Amino acid sequence: MTRLEGGLRGSAGVAYALQNRAVAGVSALAVVAALALSGMLIAVTGGSPGAALRALVQGSLGDATAVSMTLLYAAPLLLVAVGACVSARAGAFNIGQEGQVLIGALAGAAAGLRLAVPGPLLVVVVLLAAGLAAGAWASLSSLMHELRGVDIAVSTLLMTFLAQQIVAYAVTTPWLLQESRLGAAAALPQSNKVPAGGLLGSFGDYPGLQVNAGLLVGLTAAVLMAVALRHTRWGFRLTMTGLNPAAARHAGVPVGRMGGMALAVSGALAGVAGAVLLTSPLSTNRLQPGGSLGLGWDGLLVALIARNRPLLTIPVAALFAMLRSGGGFLAATGVPSYLVDVVKALLTLAFVAPALLRRAA
Amino acid sequence: MSLAADLETVLSSGIRLTAPLAFAACGEYLAERGGALNVSVEAMMLGAAFGSIAVADVTGSAATGLLSGVLIGALIGIVHGLLTYRVHVNTFVAGLVLNALVLGLTSYLVTIGELGSHHVAQLSVPGLRDLPVLGGPLFVERWPVYLLVLIVPLTWWLVERSRWGLELRAAGEDPAAADMTGIRVNLCRGQALVWCGALAGLGGAYLAVGEVGSFNQNMTAGRGYLVIAAVIFGGWRLGRTLAGCALFGLADASRLALPALGFTVNSQLLVSAPYLLALVAMLLFTTRHRRPGALAQPFRRHAPDPG
Repeated sequence: MTRLEGGLRGSAGVAYALQNRAVAGVSALAVVAALALSGMLIAVTGGSPGAALRALVQGSLGDATAVSMTLLYAAPLLLVAVGACVSARAGAFNIGQEGQVLIGALAGAAAGLRLAVPGPLLVVVVLLAAGLAAGAWASLSSLMHELRGVDIAVSTLLMTFLAQQIVAYAVTTPWLLQESRLGAAAALPQSNKVPAGGLLGSFGDYPGLQVNAGLLVGLTAAVLMAVALRHTRWGFRLTMTGLNPAAARHAGVPVGRMGGMALAVSGALAGVAGAVLLTSPLSTNRLQPGGSLGLGWDGLLVALIARNRPLLTIPVAALFAMLRSGGGFLAATGVPSYLVDVVKALLTLAFVAPALLRRAA
Repeated sequence: MSLAADLETVLSSGIRLTAPLAFAACGEYLAERGGALNVSVEAMMLGAAFGSIAVADVTGSAATGLLSGVLIGALIGIVHGLLTYRVHVNTFVAGLVLNALVLGLTSYLVTIGELGSHHVAQLSVPGLRDLPVLGGPLFVERWPVYLLVLIVPLTWWLVERSRWGLELRAAGEDPAAADMTGIRVNLCRGQALVWCGALAGLGGAYLAVGEVGSFNQNMTAGRGYLVIAAVIFGGWRLGRTLAGCALFGLADASRLALPALGFTVNSQLLVSAPYLLALVAMLLFTTRHRRPGALAQPFRRHAPDPG
C-alpha cells in the first residue's frame, strides 16, 4: 500500500490514515522505550538519569546561547538528511554522506581560499563549489553502477573512507591546502582560515539569540524538496522509480537517469552541508580532517527516522541537534557525553522497527 | 639494523594486523556468499573487543574473555539477522545503526569503568620458530592466531562442500529459485550472519586480548569496513579474500613501521589503498568474480504489490 494509491481510492486512503495512526502510536511507544533504556543505562552505571536529562535540556534549550548552538547544528544535519531522503526515495541508497560532507568542505575551502571573488559573493561561490564537487563525487557511484552494476550503497560507503584520506592529504600538503605559517611554528594539519567574505553571516548578536544563514539554506532545501517531490513531474517520476523501477520504465520514465540525478542531488546537499559547517561558527572556519564532526552519519539517521520525508526531517534534525548541543553539558553530571550516541542509535532503531507493522498491515 | 631485521619487524607486525581481519573476513565471506552483505562487522568486532576485556576483567581469564567475545559477535549477528530477515529493515540501515549503537555504548562504558589489561598466552612452535626471517613473525604468536589454520579450511568446507553451504550459495545466487526447492532462504542467511558474527567477534576479541591487551575507545577504527573491502577485493573467493587481508595488514604495518626505519611513505595513500583497490577490483575484474547474484537484496516470498 503506497501513498500514490492511497490518494486515488477513498477506502484505501482511509485505511492508509488508520495505518498511519497505528504507526504513530507504535513510534511513540518506541521512543519511550528508547529513552527508558537510555535512562536505565545511566542508572545502572551509577549516574542520575534526571540530572542527565536536565543537563541535556539546559544545554540545548536553556538560554539564548544554547538555542543558538542547537540551531547551528541543525543546519548541516537538515541538509544531509534532505539529500538522503531524495536518494532513498529514488531507490538509490546513498550511505556515503559523511564522505560527501568532507568533499564539500574541501571544495568550499579551496574555492574560499583560492578564488578572488569580492566580499559577500564569495560565500555563494563557496556553497556552489561545495555542492558541485560533492554532487560529482557522489555521481562517481552512479557511474560505477551504470558501468559495472556496482551496488550504490557499497560504493558510497567505501568512498567515504577515500574522502577522509583525500582531505587528510590536502591539509598536510603545503602546496595544496595546508596552512601557511610565518616563523618557526610548525604548520598544523589544517587549512588557512576562509576569508571573512566567504563566511555565512548570522542574524542577532552573540550573547542573545543568533541565527546563522546556514539554517535558512537548510530550511529552504527541505521545503523546496518537499514541494518538488510531491507536486512536480520530476518528483512523481523519482518516487515512481524508487517504488517500482520496472513499472516506471514501462511508463517511459528514464529510470537510470532519475536514480543518477537523485544521487547527485543527495551528494550535492551533503556537500553544501560541509560548506555550511566550514563557514559557520560551528568550526574554526578552517578545513580539518575531522571537520565533518560525524554529521554525515547523523544526517542519514535523521532521514531514516523521518521516513524519507523532507518536511519531517525538520523536527528530527532539531532533535538530533539538541542531542549534539546538550551532549556537551552532560560531562558535568558525571555521565559521559557518548550517551547521546547511544540515544541516537536507540531512537533510530525504535523508529525503523515499526516498519514491520506498516508492511504487515 | 640489517635489512633482514627490518623485514622481520614489518612482517611480524603485518601478520598481527592481518589476523583480526582474516578471522572476520572468513565470516563476512561466508555471509556474502549467501547474499547477506553484512555492514555490522564493525559492530561485531568492536563489541567483542570490549566484551572480551570486560569479561576477562571479571573472571580474570583472558581465554574466557576471548570466548565471550565470540558470543557477543554472534549475538550481534542474531540481532542483525532478526532486524533484516524478520522485521525486514534494510540490511544497510540495520548494520549502520548497530555500528553506531555499539560504538556509542562501548565508548560510554569504557569512559565510566576502569578496565584492566589482559593477554592470552603466547605460543611458539618449537623448531620452526628458529627459521631465519619467517620464524619469528609466523611461529611466535598469541595462540588464537593458530585457530586460523582450522577456521579457514572449515569455512571453505562449509561453503563449498557441505549441504548447508550449497543451500546458502543458492540463497545468495537466486533466492526465488532456492525458495522453490524448499530452502528457507532467510533462515539460511540468518544462520550465516550468526557464523559471521562469531568469527568477526573472534577477530575483535583477538585484537583486544591477543594483541593490544586492553580496550580503547573505538579501537577497531573501521577494521570492519576493511573486511568488507577485502571480500570485495577478493572477488568473493576465499583465498583471494585472505590475500587481500594480508595485503591490507602489510600496508598498515608498513605505514606504522617504515617512517621509524627512515623511509618516507604517503600514509594517506596507504590508509585509503584497501578501499581504492576494492573499488577498482569491482570495476575491472567483474568477469573473474563470484559476486552472488542476489547480494544485499532482500527476499520475500509474497512480495507486496508494488505501486
